[in-house]
Amino acid sequence: MVMNAVSESWLEPTEVVIEPAAGWIPINLREVWNYRELLYFLIWRDIKVRYKQTAIGAVWAIIQPVFAMGVFSLFFGYLAKMPSNGIPYPIFVYCALLPWQLFAHALTESSNSIVGNQNLITKVYFPRVLVPVAAVCGGLVDFGLAFVVLLGMMVYYGMVPGIAVLAVPLFILFVVVTALAVGLWLAALNVQYRDVRYTLGFLTQVWLFATPVAYPSSLVPERWHALYGLNPMAGVVEGFRWALLGVAEGPGLLLAVSVGVVLIILMGGLHYFARIEDRFADIV
Amino acid sequence: MSDVVLRCEGLGKRYEIGERERYLALRDTLTHVLYAPARRLRALLRQPPAEAARIGDTMFWALRDVSFEVRRGEVLGIIGRNGAGKSTLLKILSRITKPTVGRARLRGRVGSLLEVGTGFHPELTGRENIYLNGAILGMRKAEIDRKFDEIVAFAEVERFIDTPVKRYSSGMYMRLAFGVAAHLEPEILLVDEVLAVGDAAFQRKCLGKMGDVAKAGRTVLFVSHNMTAVQSLCGRVMWLDAGRVAREGDAGVVATEYMQVAAESRLEQVWLDPTNAPGNESVRVHSARVVGFEGVPIELIDTRTAFALEFAYWNLKDGARLNLCISVYNQEGSCVFTTTTVNEPAWHGRAFPAGLYRSVCQVPGALLNDGSYRVLLLVVQDLAHILYKHEDIVVFEVHDSAEGRGKWYGKWSGVVRPDLEWTTERLQARPDPQIASCELSAGSPNGGETGHVPKPTRGGSR
Repeated sequence: MVMNAVSESWLEPTEVVIEPAAGWIPINLREVWNYRELLYFLIWRDIKVRYKQTAIGAVWAIIQPVFAMGVFSLFFGYLAKMPSNGIPYPIFVYCALLPWQLFAHALTESSNSIVGNQNLITKVYFPRVLVPVAAVCGGLVDFGLAFVVLLGMMVYYGMVPGIAVLAVPLFILFVVVTALAVGLWLAALNVQYRDVRYTLGFLTQVWLFATPVAYPSSLVPERWHALYGLNPMAGVVEGFRWALLGVAEGPGLLLAVSVGVVLIILMGGLHYFARIEDRFADIV
Repeated sequence: MSDVVLRCEGLGKRYEIGERERYLALRDTLTHVLYAPARRLRALLRQPPAEAARIGDTMFWALRDVSFEVRRGEVLGIIGRNGAGKSTLLKILSRITKPTVGRARLRGRVGSLLEVGTGFHPELTGRENIYLNGAILGMRKAEIDRKFDEIVAFAEVERFIDTPVKRYSSGMYMRLAFGVAAHLEPEILLVDEVLAVGDAAFQRKCLGKMGDVAKAGRTVLFVSHNMTAVQSLCGRVMWLDAGRVAREGDAGVVATEYMQVAAESRLEQVWLDPTNAPGNESVRVHSARVVGFEGVPIELIDTRTAFALEFAYWNLKDGARLNLCISVYNQEGSCVFTTTTVNEPAWHGRAFPAGLYRSVCQVPGALLNDGSYRVLLLVVQDLAHILYKHEDIVVFEVHDSAEGRGKWYGKWSGVVRPDLEWTTERLQARPDPQIASCELSAGSPNGGETGHVPKPTRGGSR
């Protein structure tokens, strides 16, 4: 047929040598870039499919955080009189719930992604890392919808963010990278040890309480803050409040520790993933 | 034209037994770690077990020492029994799994088709799945855009293109899935048994498309059980057996040899001891055979070959009037025909003195379709009661003669495959409604018969 169309249409390099896996294999970024359209289609599929055959569709993306906000406000804000840095408790908690739910969703999806896509893994070749990356990105649309509600609440409470609002995209990126860093580990482990699947729910629950979502990080004594930063989500959640609600101080030290932690987990995760991805098709 | 685009050197793949099916629970690894000191201690005290023996127990080589080359534009068929390593080889070449030893070098862009419809999502529409599946198989969006209409036309799903594929019939689903796959244009195409699914019309379409691909000068590796397709599409065939290359060479030669070995035939059974042979106090079987013309041993029966079914039996009751009756069953379990010795000229209707007899039934060529057949033997007395019944007394295979097929490589439909006489005559030079209507009125089908399956003409009504 159209043989000359081949050269611009096909993805793989023209010479491939297939050999037994050996030692350190870094993720081939150039190859990942060649497959960027597949990444796009995988994300697109996850988004398209998520609310298929539900009666209210994407409204679920708003109901979940709003409902959580109601519960938190009732029990922690109203009954337990949790301090909220002088900000109305509902918006205080909602502002933290958004990055948290993005994270929890991305983490769960990416951890289950390789196992969930085993029909692809065992039948087609493509850089395996695309699967957890796509899973992590799929939650951004939900996040965007819930974010609109936050903007509405800010108008209602008459809150005008300062210049710090420009940092929000960076925080979102950081949430995604954090989820990916942990998700790479769990996705690869899940292939071999299905125990991961049962650990996930419990892990995200504990992690939620270790993150200043329902309470301000000021509740944690100052001298523990560097240690607290080992939880990367702590810095992000406080960062969100700082950027959008203008809480007095930025999450400086906390965030610096968090970034360091995430980079270490990410590098380790990429390495571990790359080391065992060749065996995915055999053991999944 | 003769450059090598694919070269495998000593390719091998070892699985731990059960590895494909089982995943580890963390508990297993923990116990393994906990018991490690005890194991090491035991190893110190005793002679360590021989490594080779241990490997023999828990390891399994799905592929071993496979070396071959494929030149540009060549179509290589890969055949073998289930579990011979065909799919493992394709999985290694398409980079889904790594070899344990050896290496493969591929020059050119590789497209693999190990399954039709990989990644199809039931909730997405036909249109959406074309894009998703195309991307998964390695097409760029621009390329899919360009081929979209062609794919839809090939799949014949124009009306349902915006319907979720979960509402598709399985036929539509398969056509759409194959439609996407058929529009892949890699330089090296790896295809695994994808044609084994679907109905005859679908298979015809797929095989036709495969033929086009082969003719277009693409390099193809084609795994199949369909020997007719392999022989027609491939120039060279590699036969894998238990992970190793058993034979490699000209498609016709290797495929024929494979069919002879692979056929699960029971062409001959002999019981030398009449006291112990199957039967009863009235009759015992001595032997049953499938033989060629005039009793010569037969190697391969194809749809053109005449052959004979030969039975030898002991009559133990002096004076019994015996008849044989045989029924031939096909793979689907349908009885293709039943025949008896009532037309046998020498002994039918006579009293059989005790002794050893032989009856032979001649089966003409161009009667049975290709496939596997089982024979049921009945020994009948006085045309009324059954003395003895023996199921599957012989089992034989009829192969496709591949004659008169044209471009159609799939299963030839029909229980039988007779060679029937046809005639065609030219009735008239120019359309002339008057003559045409009187000449053809008796035979022309009336009513809106639009199906593409030709209906039998009503020749007898004339």
